[in-house]
Amino acid sequence: MIAHADTIPPARHPLIAWILRWILTTNHKEIGTLYLCLSFAMFIVGGAMAMVFRLELAQPGLQYVGADFYNQMVTLHGLVMVFGAVMPAFVGLANWMVPLMIGAPDMALPRLNNFSFWILPFAFFMLLSSLFMQGGAPNFGWTLYAPLSTTYGPPSTDYLIFGVHLMGISSILGAINIIVTIFNLRAPGMTLMKMPLFVWTWLITAFLLIMVMPVLAGAVTMMLTDRHFGTSFFSAAGGGDPVMFQHVFWFFGHPEVYIMILPGFGVASQIIPTFARKKLFGYHSMVYATASIAILSFVVWGHHMFTTGMPLVAELFFMYMTMLIAVPTGVKVFNWVATMWRGSMTYETPMLFALGFVVMFTIGGFSGLMLAIAPADFQYHDTFFVVAHLHYVLYPGAIFAMMAAVYYWLPKWTGNMYNERLGKIHFWSAVFGLNLTFFPMHFTGLGGMPRRIVDYALPYADLNMVSSVGAGILGLTQFLFLYIVVDAIRGGTGKATGQVWDGAEGLEWTLPSPAPLHSFHKPPQVD
Amino acid sequence: MTDRQTDRQARLRRHTTLLAVVAVGMFGFAFALVPLYNIFCEITGLNGKTSGEAAPNIAATAPSSQTISGSAEREVTVQFLAHVSRGMPWEFRPTETRVRLQLGEVTETLYFARNFANTEFTGQAVPSVTPGYAARYLHKVECFCFTQQELAAGEEMDMPVYFYVGEDLPSDIGTLTLSYTMYPVSTGTRPVSGAPETAGGTMSMDHSEHSVL
Repeated sequence: MIAHADTIPPARHPLIAWILRWILTTNHKEIGTLYLCLSFAMFIVGGAMAMVFRLELAQPGLQYVGADFYNQMVTLHGLVMVFGAVMPAFVGLANWMVPLMIGAPDMALPRLNNFSFWILPFAFFMLLSSLFMQGGAPNFGWTLYAPLSTTYGPPSTDYLIFGVHLMGISSILGAINIIVTIFNLRAPGMTLMKMPLFVWTWLITAFLLIMVMPVLAGAVTMMLTDRHFGTSFFSAAGGGDPVMFQHVFWFFGHPEVYIMILPGFGVASQIIPTFARKKLFGYHSMVYATASIAILSFVVWGHHMFTTGMPLVAELFFMYMTMLIAVPTGVKVFNWVATMWRGSMTYETPMLFALGFVVMFTIGGFSGLMLAIAPADFQYHDTFFVVAHLHYVLYPGAIFAMMAAVYYWLPKWTGNMYNERLGKIHFWSAVFGLNLTFFPMHFTGLGGMPRRIVDYALPYADLNMVSSVGAGILGLTQFLFLYIVVDAIRGGTGKATGQVWDGAEGLEWTLPSPAPLHSFHKPPQVD
Repeated sequence: MTDRQTDRQARLRRHTTLLAVVAVGMFGFAFALVPLYNIFCEITGLNGKTSGEAAPNIAATAPSSQTISGSAEREVTVQFLAHVSRGMPWEFRPTETRVRLQLGEVTETLYFARNFANTEFTGQAVPSVTPGYAARYLHKVECFCFTQQELAAGEEMDMPVYFYVGEDLPSDIGTLTLSYTMYPVSTGTRPVSGAPETAGGTMSMDHSEHSVL
């Protein structure tokens, strides 16, 4: 039976009505907000785990946690940050901004949109509940390598597997929605090559998601059947091969790192032209570079596995392919710099974060080139150098880009200006904390300090203390960020105009601030 | 107006279905990677996976006739290794650590196995060759690894391997290592927790990962 509107009790308790509104919403702005809130909550959870192991690593020896709990923290930190913080943050941003940027009234499949969000809280409930189970949470690293995750995995590994399945379903449905929206709901006159770059990067990201999330789902399904149903995909005893897990995982894993960075490229390509007051330099080459990076990401997974004894010819192939990615990435960095060249630059907080993104992401890119050199990788492999590299690409690449996006569009979302002074303090303290945390890891890593081990040799002690102090500072800056956002929601430093930034271009700025709940009923004409 | 709306609805449905099919296809592709990987390993010898039983061919059965024609007769060293899976109550080792042999010459070596447990126990040995790309030149004519080995409580056994190294072995390989790992066949017969008294009392986990060069 279909419930008619008049059968619903007319008067509900306002709290219940409020809760139901958020549970049942199909509005792209509200679902975007839900994604962003979940993502920030997961960011704090993952960050708290980082605080636990940085506290332990501040001094050599065992002080606060044992080796097993340390491993659980490292594992969950990686999973929560990748699947809980970064990916939902960008999906939330896409929900908010893609319809506004292409002049669509909503996402193409609003109810599917609601479903793909509400899967996520259950996924993370399952993942995090493993902390309280007998035998502890998964402790084999976020890469889930067999046989650590199959033969030797704790019982709670099954909760991780189903959690990953749910996250995968959510991401795939979200990606389908974004692609269908971009292909069908563009305003008249907005051709593909007129789309804002953020929309372009998300379109390509969504295709990556559809291609690789099912592969991860397949990998964890094989883990599940190996654990319980007598198969031997990854067990040599039954004719399988544990190294094959790494191949399947990294076939997903390398495109995954571009899933986390491409939307960040898009954000920087929106913000830098605004505050340089120039058009983006090389729009077409930006689109082609993004597509090339996405395509190349499918043929470089072997660089995660140089030390597994692959044939020389495979090492050479993966080494050269990986280095080839530096070319389109270099095109992008060049274009951002050329956009700023002789522009009328101002340095509001979003621009500061975008600049921090370009500079520090490039540092991470260079350490990536070092790691791509197969013979050198035998030295760097599984050391803190890798940790330094991945955090230099992910923190400035994904988190800084995300924060730049929040500062940039917050006036459009809330209708209020955030506190610019506090925003600048946030930026500089985050830059300080970030570099203090991760730069010393280059040196401990080159010195041979291995990852994922609770204790270390005495010579690494001073640099680890520096890293831990930096991590504490970086952790505190998140609360400053939270304060600034809440303050802006509650009025901030005054009302924002519809245009917000005088150099900003795009359909979203033609709407009043805050953006009305329903926008672009009549598609705007783009010329 | 309504026509355009139904048009759009149909297009949305078509695109959604198409993308969902791609997603399901990629899930299948993950499983297709398994046979693809095995084929790839067989071609490249990745991970030292050896091929199955080799027919004792002419070159192998009649090495003397071959050595007449082959002016450059080559000798290589083959080393033997053995590992026992963790928690398996077996002693398992090669009876000789290395042999020198001529290419194409069928050679026999013996592996020794003994079951410490006081129950019957079945094992299966899985071979591996180092360097990996030499795996396809080492041909096993007869091997205990082709079948499961069943040992009664306390029983011991010498298990033969007949093999030869192909004459097309690349000249940069002078030494091959043939390694076997012995795995328990049924996990239900795990001795440490299953058996009430383990033979000797000390033959449990601390003898796991037992390997002899």
